[in-house]
Amino acid sequence: MSREAKIIAFCCNWCSYAAADLAGISRLQYPGSIRIIRVMCSGMVHPEMVIHALDKGADGVMIIGCHLGECHYIRGNEMALARAEVIADTLEDLGYESERFRIAWVSSAEPERLAEAFREMSARLASLRETDASPSGIGE
Amino acid sequence: MAEQTTIGAALVVGGGISGMQAALDLADSGYYVYLVEKTGAIGGAMPQYNKVFPTNDCSMCIIAPKLVECGRHPNIRIMTLSTVLDVAGRAGNFTVRVREYPRYVDVTKCIACGQCSGSCPKSVDDSFNSNIAKRKAIYIKYPQAVPLKYQIDPQACLRLKNPDKCGVCAEICPPGAINFNDRERDHEIKIGAVVMALGFQTFDPSKAKVWGYGVYPNVITSLQFERYLSPNGPTDGLLTRPSDRKPVKRIAFLQCIGSRDKNRCNNEYCSAVCCMYAIKEAMTVKEANPELDVAIFYMDMRTPGKEFDRYFERAKNEYGVRFVRSRIHGVEPKGTKGDLRLHYISVQGKQVEETVDLVVLSVGLETPDSMVKLAEKIGIHMTPDRFASISAFMPVHTSKRGVFTCGAFNGPRDIPQSVIGGSAAAASVSALLAPARHTLTRTLPPPPELDVRRQTPRIGVFVCHCGTNIAGVVDVEEVAAYAATLPQVAHVARNLFTCAQDTQDLLVQEIRDKGLNRIVIAACTPRTHEPLFRKTLKSAGINEYLIEMANIRNQNAWVHNQQPEVATAKAKDLIRMAVAKVSSLTARKPLRIPIAPSVLVIGGGVAGMTAALNLAQQGFQIHLVEKTTQLGGNALHLFQTWNGEHVPRYLKGLKEEVQQHPLIEVAYTSTVLAVSGHVGNFVTTIRTGANRKRVIEHGAVIITTGAKRYIPEEFEYGKIPKVVASIEFDKLHMHNETRVANGKSFVFIQCVGSRNQERPYCSKSCCTHSIQSAIKLKKEAPSRQIYILYREIRTYGQRERIYNQARELGIVFINYEMHGPPRIKKADNGVLVEVWDHVLHRPLEIRADVVILAAATLASPEAGDLATLFKLPLNSDGFFQEAHVKLRPVEFNVDGVFVAGLAHYPKPLEESISQALAAAAKAGRLLARKEINLEPNIALVDPVLCDGCGLCIDVCPYQAITLVEYRDGEGNPLKTVHVDQVLCKGCGICQGACPKRGVDVAGFTYAQIEAQIDAALDQSCVLEEDA
Repeated sequence: MSREAKIIAFCCNWCSYAAADLAGISRLQYPGSIRIIRVMCSGMVHPEMVIHALDKGADGVMIIGCHLGECHYIRGNEMALARAEVIADTLEDLGYESERFRIAWVSSAEPERLAEAFREMSARLASLRETDASPSGIGE
Repeated sequence: MAEQTTIGAALVVGGGISGMQAALDLADSGYYVYLVEKTGAIGGAMPQYNKVFPTNDCSMCIIAPKLVECGRHPNIRIMTLSTVLDVAGRAGNFTVRVREYPRYVDVTKCIACGQCSGSCPKSVDDSFNSNIAKRKAIYIKYPQAVPLKYQIDPQACLRLKNPDKCGVCAEICPPGAINFNDRERDHEIKIGAVVMALGFQTFDPSKAKVWGYGVYPNVITSLQFERYLSPNGPTDGLLTRPSDRKPVKRIAFLQCIGSRDKNRCNNEYCSAVCCMYAIKEAMTVKEANPELDVAIFYMDMRTPGKEFDRYFERAKNEYGVRFVRSRIHGVEPKGTKGDLRLHYISVQGKQVEETVDLVVLSVGLETPDSMVKLAEKIGIHMTPDRFASISAFMPVHTSKRGVFTCGAFNGPRDIPQSVIGGSAAAASVSALLAPARHTLTRTLPPPPELDVRRQTPRIGVFVCHCGTNIAGVVDVEEVAAYAATLPQVAHVARNLFTCAQDTQDLLVQEIRDKGLNRIVIAACTPRTHEPLFRKTLKSAGINEYLIEMANIRNQNAWVHNQQPEVATAKAKDLIRMAVAKVSSLTARKPLRIPIAPSVLVIGGGVAGMTAALNLAQQGFQIHLVEKTTQLGGNALHLFQTWNGEHVPRYLKGLKEEVQQHPLIEVAYTSTVLAVSGHVGNFVTTIRTGANRKRVIEHGAVIITTGAKRYIPEEFEYGKIPKVVASIEFDKLHMHNETRVANGKSFVFIQCVGSRNQERPYCSKSCCTHSIQSAIKLKKEAPSRQIYILYREIRTYGQRERIYNQARELGIVFINYEMHGPPRIKKADNGVLVEVWDHVLHRPLEIRADVVILAAATLASPEAGDLATLFKLPLNSDGFFQEAHVKLRPVEFNVDGVFVAGLAHYPKPLEESISQALAAAAKAGRLLARKEINLEPNIALVDPVLCDGCGLCIDVCPYQAITLVEYRDGEGNPLKTVHVDQVLCKGCGICQGACPKRGVDVAGFTYAQIEAQIDAALDQSCVLEEDA
């Protein structure tokens, strides 16, 4: 049996974590592979945490913060965005497809947008697995 | 001196949600509260509900924390089984006599073990379960009751009727708590103000035989249906037919039972909540059984509240609930197997017959006789509908000074309106008793805290069923068994509702008995429930930060409810992650900082002025910012309230009071430019008229920025001068302009710009407004032809009276919902309105002298700027989104910011005023504390790892970090950074930037996040499951 695909999603306390609660209240459905870790701000997530998660076997990692310009801490999400570019580059160097990492913005009133981001990430990783599994694909 | 005679205590009569809210707000604002409840436990009607609309939140889950809070508040004395005998004295200084009826159980001894009930031989109908189940003569009202103490029903108890009989409970009660000699006691209480939150009862449909209630077993009330659906109800949430316990296939809800009905009962008013609760019940049952046929038979769908119309649309389009516009006048049996026959005339005018196997009567709300008598005794005037008579301008003030009212006793209303009323009453009491604030309250020192630093973690995991919200999807037994295998877990328990009072007691007990020093609560979200559990930890002598919640409801059971195995596996992961994190948490102390005793109110309409004035009366400094040159806002355009009170006169008085109050400073032509700081200490920059900047320091903010009106693009508005919007028409009407004075025929068109695709919400006040204008026109000249073209008439609550009056006056109501909106054409000397007549079933052409468009209320365009400045969410219609639609209706998740009035949602004047008072209560409650505890989520520097590179200094948005140079023991120069504890907000942007792991935020450290990641991805657990 192949191991279960898991996606680590760092959600900021003010927007995306609240949206995740609201997604529940609205009974929206998204893949069971998502594991949310609550952080105070998307800018809190150190690039090492993303790499650590992938090293430990996560299929993908997401950082989800407030919309740009709406950060609870003025510009933490801008910091997260700046780091995201560095993370994407680093991942390739380390042999991970950059698609395994994604940064997204969701307000606390947008549960559907969050659920869609989860679904989209899950589908993206599934297609990545298919490519890996096919003979022509390059495995890890 | 007046100060000496004002008593700093209040009496709240009625322990439902409204009374509880009033009690909590008052007790936290510095007043001692006596909370008098006639039954054996507080909670009122809410604990009986399965879910609440429009979020379908579980009712028990949201009320349980409030029950617990009331139960353990040091400044609330709950007096159960008690009624008020009389009230003497005057505002500020009353003497009340309260009669406490015997419980026959000593509350100081009862441990709620339930052995008494288990062996009690006498069963009677259980009114909490709406008589669909039995309870014993010794009982608790419901399992999560506060106080959690048994009581004996003297009407049922064999021993109390005959001293020679039974008495088995007294024999087996372990602590010997039973006292058959208990007697009623009268208490004399001195208080400064009274809040009457007397609540309601549901209409008893057995009074009229037509619906077959009490005759055919498969006709039940909506409250009984609620108990069938409820996971803590007698059927554990399983719905079957009462007559034969067979599964139900076809359900019919009949609306307006005991409401809008002058014939079968004298309840002329609309009960305002039944449409929404019927939709909720229909949706709930459809969700569990999509193949069921569920129909709601109604007259008008009255869903005017925030997000209500979307809920209605979802029920119709996504859940497939059938909505049939027809009033059913009778229910008959069909055959002998319990089926029921309904007979009605459809909107197409056809005779229709339907057979169903369950009929649910959507029963209305009414004031019990005993409450009417009590009100009379105290001297409160009542309306003809038997609710407290209140002015729209003073929506929680009774006719007797110092006596306030809230909740459904003020007229039928839903939970948020009742909660708002409770807070509004508290604000009014606070203003009255301000001189005596903090004179009778006390603070209890917390128990000594256990030092856990040297202890190895002993973790207790509590898995919540949340009724069936979690347990209905997740295999909680399996999850709990799994949790017990995790490292350092010393104890695992499952609870029906972990947030209920009984579980808090249990938690404290288990912490002590099992020596637990860290707790994981696997339940809902920490955003709503963590504060409750923190308090519980504190009261058990454990540091309040040694807790982690695993969000297995909102982020698991609810989002994977179609995949139980997935949800069960994920619940295990989430608990494993929480256990991993909690074991590395450290004890912390909240930061205490002083609060600036002033409030910024943004927007000088009625809501803003009301909040400002109340808070000034409470003794706080107010800065009222108004963007125009005058106070009054949208109310400047209003002429009268729904019950005919004169708005301009009231507005003039309010403006003068605000302008003359020494504690209120009004800044005209001013807007907010920039905001910094946080709850207790905001620093806001405003731009004033002369283009000057001013900086205001304040402890709280109230946003009352109002709304704007829709400028119609339809119905030839702006092209034909005889087509006007309702606000313009009011002006024409007031001045008796020629179009009005000479007009013979008037057509009102409802829902212009509301309830459409672009704005799928109801503007709430337009039906009432148009009907009032129509009545005035008709009364001025009875020969005038007046038509109101509508989709649903939403004269909710006691407003129904004016709808009836309009029809009696001969105003013609034509429904255009079925056949589409009317068409407007220019004609000689007037306008032609084409519409399909829903009664005659043919097209109709009306020649109108004036067409009045009931135009929508739109969100203020400036709301977006304020939302960005204060970090607040807006809903998809652009209105401010409150923290919780039911129980936190004026708050945000950002502490210290409150909202009221049209900025929140379209609403009539009295609801704006009520909400403004509620917002004032919340701000007052905050400021009364004088200092505030802030979350100690602050960045901490590890001097060993930090090499003083200073990257964090550049990224810190609050300039909280400074470079420190020092010398080590050998005199070598070294660098590190220092974090200012007050400036730091704990965002952790420094943490994300540090190349050395030298700084991280307590509660979210590198190690703690890594522990969560590792636990989430721990493969050994997957293998274990496979094996």
